[in-house]
Amino acid sequence: MHRRTLYSLSSTVSLLRRNIRVNQRLVVVSTASYSTKTVAFTADTYSHKVQRDPKFKKLDDADIEFFKGVLTDKGLITDADDLLFYNEDWMRKYRGQSQLVLKPKTTEQVSQILKYCNEQKLAVVPQGGNTGLVGGSNPIFDEIIISLSSMNKIRSFDSVSGILKLDAGVILETADQYLAEQGYIFPLDLGAKGSCHVGGNVACNAGGLRLLRYGSLHGSVLGLEAVLPDGSIYDSMHSLRKDNTGYDLKQLFIGSEGTLGIITGISILCPSRPQTQNVAFLAVSSYEAVQKVFVEARKELSEILSAFEFMDGTSLYLTGKHLKLDNPIESGEYPFYILIETSGSNKEHDDEKLENFLAGAMEAELVDDGIIAQDESQIQSLWSWRESIPEGVTATGGVYKYDVSIPLPELYSLVEACNERLQEAGIVSLEDESKPVVAAVGYGHIGDGNLHLNVSVRKYSSEVESLLEPFVYEWIQSRKGSISAEHGLGFQKKNYIGYSKSPVEINMIKEIKNHYDPNGIMNPYKYV
Amino acid sequence: MSSTKLRILVPVKRVIDFAIKPRINKAQTGVETKGVKFSINPFCDIALEESVRIKENSKDLVEKIHAVSIGPSKAKDVLRTALAKGADTSTLVDVGEQEVEPLQVAKMLKKLVERENSNLVILGKQAIDDDSNQTGQILAGLLKWPQATNAFKVELDGESVAVTREVDEGVETVKAKLPLIITTDLRLNEPRYASLQNIMKAKKKPLETLKAADLGIEIENRLETLKVEEPPARSAGVKVETVDELISKLKELKAI
Repeated sequence: MHRRTLYSLSSTVSLLRRNIRVNQRLVVVSTASYSTKTVAFTADTYSHKVQRDPKFKKLDDADIEFFKGVLTDKGLITDADDLLFYNEDWMRKYRGQSQLVLKPKTTEQVSQILKYCNEQKLAVVPQGGNTGLVGGSNPIFDEIIISLSSMNKIRSFDSVSGILKLDAGVILETADQYLAEQGYIFPLDLGAKGSCHVGGNVACNAGGLRLLRYGSLHGSVLGLEAVLPDGSIYDSMHSLRKDNTGYDLKQLFIGSEGTLGIITGISILCPSRPQTQNVAFLAVSSYEAVQKVFVEARKELSEILSAFEFMDGTSLYLTGKHLKLDNPIESGEYPFYILIETSGSNKEHDDEKLENFLAGAMEAELVDDGIIAQDESQIQSLWSWRESIPEGVTATGGVYKYDVSIPLPELYSLVEACNERLQEAGIVSLEDESKPVVAAVGYGHIGDGNLHLNVSVRKYSSEVESLLEPFVYEWIQSRKGSISAEHGLGFQKKNYIGYSKSPVEINMIKEIKNHYDPNGIMNPYKYV
Repeated sequence: MSSTKLRILVPVKRVIDFAIKPRINKAQTGVETKGVKFSINPFCDIALEESVRIKENSKDLVEKIHAVSIGPSKAKDVLRTALAKGADTSTLVDVGEQEVEPLQVAKMLKKLVERENSNLVILGKQAIDDDSNQTGQILAGLLKWPQATNAFKVELDGESVAVTREVDEGVETVKAKLPLIITTDLRLNEPRYASLQNIMKAKKKPLETLKAADLGIEIENRLETLKVEEPPARSAGVKVETVDELISKLKELKAI
């Protein structure tokens, strides 16, 4: 009898495992080329671009003693092997040479640390979940890494107003699960949710999968707690939904990428959690069709539309290879796929709206084939196809990422132009292992006009990089787009800010930076 | 050689979605169902998938697949899903919010088998809400048909069916002649997605509604649920800061 019970338990667990295998974030990739390689130091790879600034002090024992005094031994990491995780970025493209990671537990400690570093001219890099995609949260040289992972408490939640106050080091998924219990939802969602910190999300003004529905962090963040380079604590956590009493200072920090101060606390307005959700996955035959479906979806689904993502055939193919799964649409391979999500409060209403919209789209022959998820497991499976694309394109060995905003009609032309350029240089092939580049693919938040151009490679090389940059940035500039829609500038795009911002804007940014961080200790060598 | 055409009956149950964490209601009489997402029972989904595969693999062998659900009127959603995935016709036995025990379900299914002249019934081995694992077996007893339960492989061979089942000691293959009851286990297959075309077509496929009385059955439950409560919460673990602390804690607990 006992064994019987275990058996039915184990079948339920296997059911779980079967689906969870598809849903894991940041799956450990087993391809040898990716996980066992040693990453070169950023300082070496980019020695032509950046040199260590001699004004910054080199860490000495007196500094270590001071930090131990503030954090005790347990708050410091100095062992080289342990430091590796913090020094390297998620894509294994960048690697710093920091000798020290600090893990403060309170805002007061962060304040003491920054005050000291400012006085001593020690450069620092604030780091959250280390899931950044532009090398913005890793040191270039020996900058001290200040990790927020030990500041991970949810401070309070008001279930009437929906205002959540939490430490910057709370993992996004944890915050959302907490809110789910209360019937609310975090107004931000992205593939890295299992690892990224909300503080990092705010510092980068993360966009994510639901920006279409919930807007940007510039709108949903009500208040911040941040430590300035001189140690003073900026605190607007008490903030209310409406408060017009002076300059909106928190906006300076949102998207500042750690260059103005360290965010330690966030007050954010959370919407009610939708009670019903539907996901449809569609196959279409052209980029024009993608745009038409988008226009129709926005019109017919209007207030229940919560996500509209697209991907090209090659990204689906690479993802399927990585996850070891068959294409969800069985009738064949198509050039483009769309994922539509609706969220609302009334199941019958939403089901009817979605089915009417899709019936119309099929009749008008906009959509060639498609599927609608029938239960929660299928919803999660379909989303994981979209959310696993970054892993799928990196699993080949590496990836060059370009996150851009371009006027919708031209969005995909960038991918085509890239592929053409790579073909002409004879360095790209899906099957031929000798070619450095696998393919240039496009996917992303088309609902926001945001394309993720990913050039999937077998290994990073300056030959490939020089073919792509500044070609991609010049192409975008000529269409007056943004060279970084949501990933930020970090280290990767530090020299390219000029492609999207005017000299006047750049000057204003520099002046604000110099005013608040005169010694330049906050995340140096990055975009400002 | 002409084999008998198959008329497959697939019972499907509407249950709280497998991926949702169930909560006990305030009265402690059952699981909270308000505002909770419901879907097709995963094992029933697998049963339906198997019958559709049988139809696809042997073109003229299957005369029809009839899906049936015994539940509230919202169970129509689950029948529409079944029709979209490949069932030809369907029946809802509307019992409102009343709970129906396996014996009653089996009695109703027996009437439906007679009505539809089914010669093969494929069911999920159990529902994930009550975990009874009885309906298929009781139905076999009532019909006096052979049964092959916990199937993880089904092979048709003329007038008989070979079913490989997972058992505690390993794997066993049984063979029986039609008519037959099969209950499905997890590893039998992976259910498909419902395609748009099929979802649209399913709207036109027959879905009839009956009451238990129409089948000549009066539902009499024999069990009374006294109380439902959550298992005791796991006590919190202890977090340690360093490896040294971990080792000393383990020594304290005499684990090393």
